[in-house]
Amino acid sequence: MSLQGKVAVVTGGSRGIGRAVSLRLGAMGALVVVNYVSRPDAAEETAAQIRAAGGQAEICAFNVADTEGTEEAFKKILAAHGRIDILVNNAGITRDGLMVKMKESQWDEVLDTNLKGAFTCLKAVSRAMMKQRWGRIVNISSVIGFAGNAGQLNYAAAKAGLVGLTRSAARELASRNITVNGVAPGYIVTDMTRDLPEEINEKIRGEIPLGLLGEPEDVAGAVAYLVSEDGRYLTGQFIHVNGGMYMG
Amino acid sequence: MAVEQKLIDIIAEQLSVDKAKVVPGASFIDDLGADSLDLVELIMAMEEAFDIEIADEVAEKIVTVQDAIDHIKKISE
Repeated sequence: MSLQGKVAVVTGGSRGIGRAVSLRLGAMGALVVVNYVSRPDAAEETAAQIRAAGGQAEICAFNVADTEGTEEAFKKILAAHGRIDILVNNAGITRDGLMVKMKESQWDEVLDTNLKGAFTCLKAVSRAMMKQRWGRIVNISSVIGFAGNAGQLNYAAAKAGLVGLTRSAARELASRNITVNGVAPGYIVTDMTRDLPEEINEKIRGEIPLGLLGEPEDVAGAVAYLVSEDGRYLTGQFIHVNGGMYMG
Repeated sequence: MAVEQKLIDIIAEQLSVDKAKVVPGASFIDDLGADSLDLVELIMAMEEAFDIEIADEVAEKIVTVQDAIDHIKKISE
């Protein structure tokens, strides 16, 4: 499972699922570029943990919703390291609200970051990966993209959009030995969900056959499999890490 | 002449074909076995090698080796 000599970029890698994925890829030997937008301290903490475990990491600020800035950032990463082998499109935001009250801006912001941002990053790495004749791309979707959720129309649309993007990119890039897969997490304990009231958590647990919320490391394990040599024969697929709450 | 040789080298390498097959009349798709992604990669390689930009509308018209030679020569003049 060694990723020695490989360069990985994890968008939204400073906290939550992105941090767990970054740590795991770092532990597997990849040099991890931890992307962040608003919290350099959190990104630096992620990088420090990777280094403390004997890995290599650096941090890189860009907002995937900003196409030009993102393209610029990838150019710099490529110039510095000469290659990008692994891309994990993890950056995501929520702007929840019931559809009848949802503003256009709420729709646009979520689609721009969660879906268009993934496209921008994918496009930015594809040329280098095509040349290398090796690449692993993992898009982090969500159970919400498959099952839907009241109050998250925008988020669900973006996360479902990632499924079509993943499958199409998988078909386009397969002949160059680049796999494009996804992971669809269920309810995972992160900053987003940690502060929910206990009665909501209780209700959520009731909907999960395994009876507990997931940990970011559960998602990281699925990503690790997809980017490793063990995952070489999967492309265009989604792994559902959700305790059984949706069986895709 | 230098342009032609350089171009033939690039085409042969990108499409993994023998240089002898890269004759002016050869079509990338019909004669040299390229698929659509190969063509995109070939255009990208030409852009890098000659430090030029080839617009999509122009790229679509580059079908044969001769088309590529003509285009590069026209641009380099």
